[in-house]
Amino acid sequence: MTFAEQLPALAVAVPLGAAPVAALLGRGSLPWALAAVASVASFAVALLLAVAAAGVDAISYDVGGWAAPYGIELRITSFSALLLLIITGASSAVLLGTKASLDAEVARGRRPYFYAAWLLAVGGLSGIVASGDAFNIFVFMEVSSLATYILIAGGSDSRALPAVFKYLVMGTIGATFYLIGVGLIYMMTGTLNLADMEARIGGVADLKPILAAVGFVTLGLALKAGVFPLHVWLPNAYAWSPHAVTAFIAACSTKVSLYVLLRFDFMVFQGSLAEHGVHFSGFLLPLAVLAVLVASATAMSEGHLKRLLAWSSIAQVGYIVLGASLLTEAGLTAGIVHMFNHALAKGALFLAVACLATRFASLALADLAGAARRMPWTMAAFAVGALSLIGIPGTAGFVSKWYLVLAALKTGAAGAALVAVIVISSLMAVWYVWRVVETAWFRVPAAGAGRDEAPLPMLAMLWLAALANVWFGLQPGLPLALSESAATALMRYVQ
Amino acid sequence: MVTTVFGFVLLTLLVVTAVAIVVTPNLFVAVMLISIFSLLMAATFFLLDAADVALTEAAIGAGMSTILFLGALALIGEHEARRRRKPWLPLAVIGLTAFTLIYATFEKPRLGDPSAPVHQHVAPWYLEQTPELMGMSNVVTAVLAGFRAYDTLGEVLVILTAGLGVLLLFAQRPARQAGRVPAFIGLRHHLIPRVVGQLLIPFIVLFGLYLQFHGEYSPGGGFQAGAIIAVGIVLHALLEGEPAGRAILPTRVLVGLMAGGALLFCGVGIAGMLLGGSFLDYAPLAADPVGAQQLGIHLVEVGVGITVTGTLVAAFHAFADRERLR
Repeated sequence: MTFAEQLPALAVAVPLGAAPVAALLGRGSLPWALAAVASVASFAVALLLAVAAAGVDAISYDVGGWAAPYGIELRITSFSALLLLIITGASSAVLLGTKASLDAEVARGRRPYFYAAWLLAVGGLSGIVASGDAFNIFVFMEVSSLATYILIAGGSDSRALPAVFKYLVMGTIGATFYLIGVGLIYMMTGTLNLADMEARIGGVADLKPILAAVGFVTLGLALKAGVFPLHVWLPNAYAWSPHAVTAFIAACSTKVSLYVLLRFDFMVFQGSLAEHGVHFSGFLLPLAVLAVLVASATAMSEGHLKRLLAWSSIAQVGYIVLGASLLTEAGLTAGIVHMFNHALAKGALFLAVACLATRFASLALADLAGAARRMPWTMAAFAVGALSLIGIPGTAGFVSKWYLVLAALKTGAAGAALVAVIVISSLMAVWYVWRVVETAWFRVPAAGAGRDEAPLPMLAMLWLAALANVWFGLQPGLPLALSESAATALMRYVQ
Repeated sequence: MVTTVFGFVLLTLLVVTAVAIVVTPNLFVAVMLISIFSLLMAATFFLLDAADVALTEAAIGAGMSTILFLGALALIGEHEARRRRKPWLPLAVIGLTAFTLIYATFEKPRLGDPSAPVHQHVAPWYLEQTPELMGMSNVVTAVLAGFRAYDTLGEVLVILTAGLGVLLLFAQRPARQAGRVPAFIGLRHHLIPRVVGQLLIPFIVLFGLYLQFHGEYSPGGGFQAGAIIAVGIVLHALLEGEPAGRAILPTRVLVGLMAGGALLFCGVGIAGMLLGGSFLDYAPLAADPVGAQQLGIHLVEVGVGITVTGTLVAAFHAFADRERLR
């Protein structure tokens, strides 16, 4: 096989193969260096795959040389290539940019385990999006979830421990529900390959187990994705984990669960079950609207910067689900491109938080008074990320909101109400972002206000992320093309 | 008929044990009951002709995880904190889940029905092709380490991740070390358990090795073997004291085993790629097609066994060591 043909396996094998090595590299900087190199290499693989997947329906790869459904198939579509870009891009940017922050937060004795877990998280998440096999997705869900719990608990903040325990219990319930669903489908179809499942569900006469499976799979994945009201694990898990970890997981982990949710509900269930679309929309659309409104409202009154951004993330998951539950090509495009754009905005914002944390002991809003005088560059980049989060024209966030509004308008009378929801929630975002801006720029700092910026590498990466928000706001070609072709592929299954 | 009666008894006992685990306020009792639950589960799996799964459940569920639970109990005490309020929401969720599951079984194919979908599609192909392609009689091993080896690689990484998590959490020493208690010296003062235990260890390890290398022909494989060998090593530490156990296998070595097994597995996969096949393709490993498959399966199973042994022993030491520092 040529190198190009090996790319789907390399996307998973590079981070996973590097992980055990990282655990053996001792307490110095070597584990970090290996994690960074492997991340960048995976990012390069993801870029090559995105180019390769853009022109074709799907790139199929038989692991071990055994053809599906007997062996496990990797299946790279434009959708999975987009997710691979988000995962490896976020990991590379955070690892390269925030070494100072990680050094401060992760004790020396923990470093080899921590960076091995980081690579396992990257490899696990990549494994999920690369896979075309329902059980294989579960296996890599276990790898990535366990590794993520370790990352969250890896810092020095002991508040992370109860938060991660809650996440662990909820995440395990979610994964178990998914597994029960897959088991029920296997019972009725005898296959684990997603494409084969889709083909065989149509021939199943007794549908009760399949219907229960739809419920279990959708609910389990919604729980892992933090879809309202199953988001209760998210705010504290994001808030108390090491700042670099927050930037990484906020950019990609919920999106990967959403990817599996969409892939399952559209590719497996949509075409083969009558009225599945109606149920899917009827169940998820109200939850999405609630997520957008309730989570934004909570963020408006939240007093801790990281929890504020975490609540905003719950609202953003709502936007993605909202787009998908419109069941139109435009809606799906908007939802999927928002996965990318929100990863950019939240990645930049949490990188800014990591920078702030190098100089401020507490990230409660009250303690950040006058932060912009002390760290003008950090806060300016924060402002750029915040504009993208709100959806101001010229930033990446605008692109997805614009597509979402257009998609909602196409759905007729109900669409006007949805547009109202989007506009109201954007105003709410203005409000909660303004609270941060007001505190940082217009409040008088408590102590001396000398200029004291974050380390240069962190600032450089932060600005790279912030400028990426502007770049993809003006040149949204690549993510839009991938999202559109992903949406077209998903809509092919809708009856 | 006999199977039905046995199944009925086992499932009833399972329900009784499960309820008892939830109800008991004493965590030590709960751990013992969980061990019994696993043993009953293993018997149920065996009754369903799933001997490989039964072996794993008995070795890990009833054996090793009980030791780890006890290690945790030694740190936190055995009394459950009192709940402040009735857990209505969890009860409702559990009720709804149970109802849905029962609803789903209404149209489930009858147990053992040869025309059930699971026996019609992929499974017959495995049964038919395994002797021909792999040259071995245990189809479970062929599927686990051959056709679906990629899943098994994932599971090995899950175990590695869990072990890394335990080591990471316990790598942070408690701030206060004033209350240092003398190292656990094991059962050195208890002659009979010590003598009998020491006699058992070689047989436990030998049985583990048998499972490791006989997995293609009879139930067994890397997971079971790794767990059983780990039990043998842990038994030594229990009898002779934690420091004595650690002296023969320091953490450095254990991390090496954990990572080394996973690396061996990944390495076999990458070797397949370098030799012109796909990831985890065993065919290019040797000229003879059946021999190549067997070589690949042997190697990855050894990787599984090493990682499982290393992880379980490392987790035990992490708990035991922590107790000493309490």
